[in-house]
Amino acid sequence: MFWRGLRIVASYVAMHPLPFIISVSGAALYAGMTVASTVVLGHITDSVLVPAFHQGSTASSTVAAVVAILGVAVLRALGIVTRRYFAGMTQHRVQRTLRLRVIERYAQLPLAYHQSKPTGELLAHTQADVTAATEVVGPLPYSTAVVLLIVFATVSMLVADPLLAAIGCITLPGLALLNHAYGARVEAPQTRAQQHIGDVSSVAHESIDGALVVKTLGRQSAEVQRFRAVADALRAERVTVGRLRAAFEPALDTLPDLAMVALLAVGSWRVSTGAITTGGLVQFVSLFQLLAFPMRVIGFVLADVPRAVVGRERLEKVFTEPIAVRPAGASATPVPPGPLALAVDNVSHGFADNLVLDGVRFEVRPSESVALVGPTGAGKSTLAELMVRLDDPQRGSISIGGIDLRDAETASLRAAVAIVFQESFLFATTVRENIALGYDAGDDEVIHAARIAQAHDFISEMPHGYETVLGERGVTVSGGQRQRIALARALLRRPRLLILDDATSAVDATVEAAILDALREQVDTTLVVIAYRVSTIALADRVLLLEDGRISASGTHSQLLRHPTYAAMVQAYERVPV
Amino acid sequence: MTPVQHAHAPADDESLRRSAEADATDPRFTEGASPPPPATPEVEDMTSLQGALGVFRRGLAESPELRVGLGYTIGLAIAMALGRLLVPVLLQQVVDRGLLGADGFRPAFVYPACAAAAVAVVFIYVAARFTYARMVTISEGALASLRVRAFAHIHELSIAEQTAHKRGVFVSRVTADVDTLAQFLEWGGLSWVISGALMLGCAAAMFVYSWQLALITVAVVAPIVLVLRTMQRAMLGAYDRWRNRVSDTLSEVSESVMGAAEVRAYGLEERTDRRLRTAIAGQYGAEMYAQRFAATVFPIADLFGAMAIAAVVAVGAHYGRAWGLSLGDLVAFLFLVTLFLQPLMELSEVFEQTQTAIAGWRKVLTVIDLPVELDEPAHGVSLPAGPLPLRLEGVAYAYREGGPVLEDIDVDVAAGAHVAVVGETGSGKTTFARLVSRLADPSCGRILVGGIDLRDASPLSRRHAVRMVPQDGFLFDTSIRENVRFGGDGVDDGDIVRAFAALGLREWLDSLPEGLDTRVGERGENISVGERQLVALARAQVANPGLLILDEATSAVDPETERVIADALERLSRGRTTVTIAHRLSTAEAADSVLVFDAGRIVERGDHRSLVAARGVYASLYESWLGNTRARA
Repeated sequence: MFWRGLRIVASYVAMHPLPFIISVSGAALYAGMTVASTVVLGHITDSVLVPAFHQGSTASSTVAAVVAILGVAVLRALGIVTRRYFAGMTQHRVQRTLRLRVIERYAQLPLAYHQSKPTGELLAHTQADVTAATEVVGPLPYSTAVVLLIVFATVSMLVADPLLAAIGCITLPGLALLNHAYGARVEAPQTRAQQHIGDVSSVAHESIDGALVVKTLGRQSAEVQRFRAVADALRAERVTVGRLRAAFEPALDTLPDLAMVALLAVGSWRVSTGAITTGGLVQFVSLFQLLAFPMRVIGFVLADVPRAVVGRERLEKVFTEPIAVRPAGASATPVPPGPLALAVDNVSHGFADNLVLDGVRFEVRPSESVALVGPTGAGKSTLAELMVRLDDPQRGSISIGGIDLRDAETASLRAAVAIVFQESFLFATTVRENIALGYDAGDDEVIHAARIAQAHDFISEMPHGYETVLGERGVTVSGGQRQRIALARALLRRPRLLILDDATSAVDATVEAAILDALREQVDTTLVVIAYRVSTIALADRVLLLEDGRISASGTHSQLLRHPTYAAMVQAYERVPV
Repeated sequence: MTPVQHAHAPADDESLRRSAEADATDPRFTEGASPPPPATPEVEDMTSLQGALGVFRRGLAESPELRVGLGYTIGLAIAMALGRLLVPVLLQQVVDRGLLGADGFRPAFVYPACAAAAVAVVFIYVAARFTYARMVTISEGALASLRVRAFAHIHELSIAEQTAHKRGVFVSRVTADVDTLAQFLEWGGLSWVISGALMLGCAAAMFVYSWQLALITVAVVAPIVLVLRTMQRAMLGAYDRWRNRVSDTLSEVSESVMGAAEVRAYGLEERTDRRLRTAIAGQYGAEMYAQRFAATVFPIADLFGAMAIAAVVAVGAHYGRAWGLSLGDLVAFLFLVTLFLQPLMELSEVFEQTQTAIAGWRKVLTVIDLPVELDEPAHGVSLPAGPLPLRLEGVAYAYREGGPVLEDIDVDVAAGAHVAVVGETGSGKTTFARLVSRLADPSCGRILVGGIDLRDASPLSRRHAVRMVPQDGFLFDTSIRENVRFGGDGVDDGDIVRAFAALGLREWLDSLPEGLDTRVGERGENISVGERQLVALARAQVANPGLLILDEATSAVDPETERVIADALERLSRGRTTVTIAHRLSTAEAADSVLVFDAGRIVERGDHRSLVAARGVYASLYESWLGNTRARA
C-alpha cells in the first residue's frame, strides 16, 4: 500500500513539478525560520534580556532584537504562504489534469458504458474520486517541512548542547511512535465507523423513501428498531474511536510537557556548570513548544495514502476501459444526398453467450417508412443505435445510401441521420438551444421543426416561449412535451434517415396522429419507427417483426395480423396503460 | 428527471462521504486546500446570535444528557489549559528562584519543583483522558438518541404532504445534519471550551506577571480579530464561488453522460468538450482564488504573535526592572504570548464550523418539532372481519399550507363492492385513497369503515382490515419471504406460499431460482417492476383485508407480466370491498361503479355504461383511451 501510494504521489509530482518545487522551497524556508526563531529568542535572552536586568538595556541591542524577531517572522510567514499556495496549486492542477483525462475518456467510451453505469458513479469519478486520489498531494510539502524541521531542530540542539539534544532525540521519535501507534489502532474502528455511517444512511434512505409502505404495513416501530440498531452501532464505534483519541490527544501535550520539564531539570544543571547559557535553555524549551504541533500532523499525512490509492484505482479503471467505436479513417466517404436507403446485412451484436441481435438482415428503400416491432428485449433499441452508428456491430454490416457506416465521413453521417429516443435528454438551457443544439438555424426553421413535432403551441405558451430555460432551475416539461422537443431537434436537421425509437410513447394518441401526418406530408425522409401503439405501427408502409434477435416476419400490418406472435402482441399492447 | 437534479444527488452523497472523512482527518490537520464545507439542503442564515442561542437552549432541552457532557467538557478544558500553563510557570520559577536568584543554582529547589511538575503533568493527563472519554460517550449517546428520535418522528408525520424532495431532506436530517453536529462536538465544541479556557488562563497569568505588558500585548494583538473576520468573510465568499463552480462542473458532466446518446447521435462532441473544459477551468480558477485566502490567513496569527513578542522584548528590556519584573517573569511572559495566540487561529476556523453545526442542529430540531397530525386512539374499536362497507360523509381535505385538495366528498360503498376512481393527475384521487387508508385525516367530515369512524379504529385492527397497496410496490432490501411476512402478524412460510397460490402466482414463485429466499435488492431493484408489484400484492393478501385500496401502477411492464398482474389483482379483490385508483380504463369498465374526480370533487358517478352514455368527463376519457389503442388499427 505504502509503495503504491508513493508511486502515485510521484506520478502527481511529475505532472506538475514546478509548483511542487516552489512549494517545497517554501516549506524549507518555513522550517528554517521556525528553528531560527527559537535561536533568536535564546540569543535575545542572553544578549538583551539578561544584560538588561543586570546592567540596564541599550537601545541598539533592543532595536536589533526587534528587527531580528520581526525579520524571522516575516520570512517564516512568507514560507508558509508560498508553501500553502503552491501546494494548493499542485493539488488543483493535478486534479484538473485527472478531470480532463476522465472526460476525454468518457467521450471515447462506447455508449453502452454510459448506459450501464449510474450517473452518480460517473459524476463521482470526476469529483469525489479525483479529490480522494489527490488529497495526499496538498499536505506533502508540509510533511517535507516537518521532516526538515526535525533535522534542523536536531542539528541546532546538537550544536547547542549534546546532552539536552539527547533528551530531545528521545522525545521526537517518541511523538512519532505515539502517532503511529494511534493511527494503527484507530484505523480499524474508524473504518468500521465509516461503514456504519453508510449503514445509517442506507437504512434512513430506504425507510424514509418507503415511508408510505412502512405506514400502510404499520411497521413504524419495527423500522425505528432497525434504525436504532445501526445508529447504535455507529455510536459504539465512534465511542471506541473517541476513547482512543482520549488516550492519545492529551498525550500529545503530555509528552512534550514532560520533555520540557526534563529539559528544565537537566538544563538548569547545565546552566549552573556553564555548559550552556540561560538563553540556550530558553531556546530549547521554546523549540519544543513549536515542534509539538507539527509532530502531530505527520501521522495524518500517511492516513491519506490508502484513500489516494483507492481513489486512483477507481480512476484507472476508467482510463483503461476499452474504447469501442473507431472514427472513420482518412478515406471516409461523404453520405450521398436525398432520402437514404438502409441496408442491414447479417448483423449480430451482444455478449458472447447472449446475442441480442443474431443475423438480422433487411433493407429499407429511400423514403419508405418501416415499423420495427417486437417483444421487450428483442433488440430493437440496440439495432436503432447501430443504425446511427452509436456503436459498430460485432458481425455483419450496416450501410446507408450504399456506404458502410464504418466508412462514412462522421460529419456528413451526423448531418444525414437522426435518432429520437424514448427517453430523450433535454439540456439545462433554453428550448430554442435545445432544439438547435449547435446547429446553425434561423428562428423560422426552428419554429417550422417545432410545428411538425406538434411542439410549437405548448412552447409558445411557456413563460418565455422559445427562450424558456428548461431543467430544475427552469421549467419542467412533461414526458410528452419532452419527446416533442426532442423530435423537433431531429427534424430541424432535415435528416434523410430518421429513426424514432418509441419516441412518441408519452404523447397522447391524437397528437401522435398529427405528428405522423405532418411527418408524411412535410418531411421527405426514410423513416424507421419503433413503436408499441397499434395506431403508430399501422401507419408504416411495412412492418418488420423482430423476435429473439432475428427478423421473423415482414409485411403490412394487416398481412402480419395472421402471424400468431404478432397478433398476440398487438392484442396485449391494447392493455397498455393510458 | 432533469440533469440538474441528477447533479445534486451525488453532491449530497459526496457531502456524506466528506463528513465521514472528517472523522479520519481532523480539520485541524488539513493542509493545502480543504474542500469547501458541505452544504446540506436549505441552509439557513445563521447570523443572529439570538437564534444561535435559542437553538442551543432548545437543543439542550431535547438532549439533557448534553448538560452533563458540557460539565465534563469544562473539566477537560481546565485540565488541559492548566497543563499548557504549567511549563511557562515552571520556567519562570526555575530561572528566577533556581538559577538566577541570589543564591545562584539551587538544586534543592529545581529538582523537587521539576519532579512536582512532572507529577502534575501526568495527573493532568489522567484527568484529561478520563473526562475526554466520558464526554465522548455522553455526547455520542445524546446524538444517537437525537438521531433515532428524529427518525421515529419522521415516520409519525402525515404522508399526505410528503414529496420526494421532502423525503430527501428528511434523510439528510437524520444523516448528514446529525453528523455535522457530531463533528462539531468532537472538535469545534471542544475547541471553543479548551481554547477559551487556555486563552483566559494565559491572559490571567500574563496580568499576574505584568499588567503593563499584558495591556501592551492585548493592544498589539487586538486588530487580529478584525483582520481575521474580514479575511474569513472573503474566504466564505471564495468558498461559495468554489462550490458553485463544482456544481457547474457536475452539471456539465452529468449533461454529457446523461445526454451521451444525443451528443453522439447529433455530433455535439465539440460543443460538449468545450463546455466541459470551460467548467473544469472555471473550477480550477475558483479553487486557486480560494487558495489565496487559505494560504494567507494562516500566518497571520504568527505575524501578530511576532509583533507582540517584539513589543514585549523591547518594552520589557527597557522598563522591566523599573516595573519590578524578574528575568524569569519576562521569559515566561514571552511563552505566554505564544500560548495566548495559538488558539486564535483555531477559534476562527471553529467559528465557521460552529455556524454549520448550529444550522444543522436547528434543522434536526425543526423536524422533531413538526406537528404529528394523526393521533391514534388509546383504546380503539376493532374493525370486524370480512368485507367492509365504506362511507364518506362531507369529507374535505386541505394541505397545511395551500388550498383545498378535496371538497364535498360523499361516498357510499357496499361491502364487497368494487369501485374505480378515475380522474386526471392532481384531481385528488390519490389524496382520496390516502384518507380512506388513514394516512391522513380529513380536515372536515368523517370516514366510516364497517360503520366505525376510522379515527376510532384501533391501529392494529385497521392495519389488517384496511390495506392500501401503493403503486410503486416499494420493497425492502431483504428476501421475498421477509417482504411478504411484513404484511401481517405471525405469518409463517405456509401462509406466504398460500398467499402466492391464492393469487395464481405459485408458478411464478417456483420459477425463481431461490424461491422465497430470493433477495430483492435495494428498493427491489433486483427484480422487475412487474414482479415487485406481485410481491406487494402477496403482501396485501396475507393480511386478508376487508377493505382494499389499490393504487394502480402507471409504469408500463411487458404485456405478459401485465396479464399476470391483472389476474392476481382480480383474485386479490375477490370477496373484499375494493377501491381502485384506476389508470387503465379497463379497470373502470370492470368495476361495479366509477367515481370520476375533477379538481377535488366527484363530478360523475355510476357504472361504466351509464357514464359513457352520459357523454361527460368520463366519456371523453374513454374516447381518448380507445383512440390510443384501437381506433387506427
